[in-house]
Amino acid sequence: MSDRRRVLPLQAGVFALLVGAWQALAASGAIDPFFFSRPSAIAWQIWRWMASGYIWPHLFVTLAEALLAFVIGTASGIVAGLAFARIELLAAVFDPYIRMLNALPRVILAPIFILWFGVGMASKVALGVTLVFFIVFFNTFQGIREVDPVLRDNARMLRASNRQMLRHVDLPSAMAWIFASLHTSIGFALVGAVVGEYIGAARGIGYVVAQAQGVFDTTGVFAGLILTAAVVLCIDLAIHRLERHLLRWRPGRT
Amino acid sequence: MEKAVEFARVGVHFAAPRGGRHSVLRDVSLEIAEGTFVAIVGPSGCGKSTLLNLAAGLLAPADGGVRVFGESLGGINRHAGYLFQQDALLPWRTVLDNVRLGLDFRRVAAAEAIRKARSFIARVGLAGFEDRFPYQLSGGMRKRVAIAQSWIVEPRILLMDEPFAALDVQTRQHMENELLGLWQESRKTVLFVTHDLDEAIALADRVVVLTVGPACVKGVYDIDLPRPRDVAEIRLQSDFIALYRRIWSDLRDEVRHAFATGER
Repeated sequence: MSDRRRVLPLQAGVFALLVGAWQALAASGAIDPFFFSRPSAIAWQIWRWMASGYIWPHLFVTLAEALLAFVIGTASGIVAGLAFARIELLAAVFDPYIRMLNALPRVILAPIFILWFGVGMASKVALGVTLVFFIVFFNTFQGIREVDPVLRDNARMLRASNRQMLRHVDLPSAMAWIFASLHTSIGFALVGAVVGEYIGAARGIGYVVAQAQGVFDTTGVFAGLILTAAVVLCIDLAIHRLERHLLRWRPGRT
Repeated sequence: MEKAVEFARVGVHFAAPRGGRHSVLRDVSLEIAEGTFVAIVGPSGCGKSTLLNLAAGLLAPADGGVRVFGESLGGINRHAGYLFQQDALLPWRTVLDNVRLGLDFRRVAAAEAIRKARSFIARVGLAGFEDRFPYQLSGGMRKRVAIAQSWIVEPRILLMDEPFAALDVQTRQHMENELLGLWQESRKTVLFVTHDLDEAIALADRVVVLTVGPACVKGVYDIDLPRPRDVAEIRLQSDFIALYRRIWSDLRDEVRHAFATGER
């Protein structure tokens, strides 16, 4: 806790320094505000969006898409990770295909998803799922593979059925790995949504950014980006809270 | 007396890294009578734990067979409880929830499981620690939880793989005495693996000496020391020392041989 008291002012200091430098450079004309905008203008833009109520429906759509992608991608990633870790044949047969799919640049899929699922929310959710799924999948797979064999032997001697083994030994054991992937994947869920909107949509933060870019409004672009980042930070904090509760059995963590 | 466990000419081998095969056990025949405390000693890495895993049913022998109470063993030995050398408690479960694990797996009603778990926790001297997580306990306390966990399902055979090897000497002697106390009440069949001859003689009714790997039985010794015993004091008695000398002369050759060949 005393750590936190020291870190927080330092973090605020870094923020003030970066924003102050940006503002000063833009004001002095060292960097062109037309291309780089100014922090004050960005803050004002965000405030105006909020006050006028313009941004809320867009933010809501983007969040809904991201959360849907996060939930679907995480659930399917965990299930597939479990199956692959426990069924040797499945892992052996599908290994090259999984690697191939994961190597695919997902942004290229966005236009195809828009063709398949339309310009509405479904295509953005699909894009987010392709990003989230693989992160959670690989971590779950590894987490299950790393389960201490002594824990499994002990549970077997205590007569655990396969399902009980999964629920009481494998999943809790892999939980630390799975949570590590959730921090990364919530960001990717939002990336999927925003990129999808940017390429083709009528609503959402990505659409707002694309509109701003269309009229060379760099302030609007930055405002959209910063709003997105702030939202990710809030969700990640919630995940962190949940993680701390679920992994409270681990020593030496605050 | 009925035979609790019977190894009939068992052999175990694994594929060696550079082809061929590496024998761990060869032609081991051994009978464990019900209600006896049998210690298995041998140089480290000779296959003692493998023998235990065979009795547990975690491993199937390549040659020969294992019989438990007269029945041929295929799969997990459902009469056996296993105390592992390493920590095998689930770190995300509290003491109470760890001890009741075997009952949960058997779908015993929660109220009954909690009642029984509390009484076993008290028996191993941990009343008041029910809500601790394993990382909040000392090594000795974790072993006691593990003992309660394996005994609560009332196995007829207890398999122990150097359970106290990681503990300091005082804690270890204390745990050995507690184990003897608990065993005295129940008189279960015990198969206790150790590399410490002192510990083996102090605890057991019979000591089995294994040769260096591939292991086979070198000798079986009856330990006719009176019970109840105190493991710290019994080591000073002349009978104990005479037995130690006799068995050590057998074991010494194997230990030397193990070091000479660098076998593990």
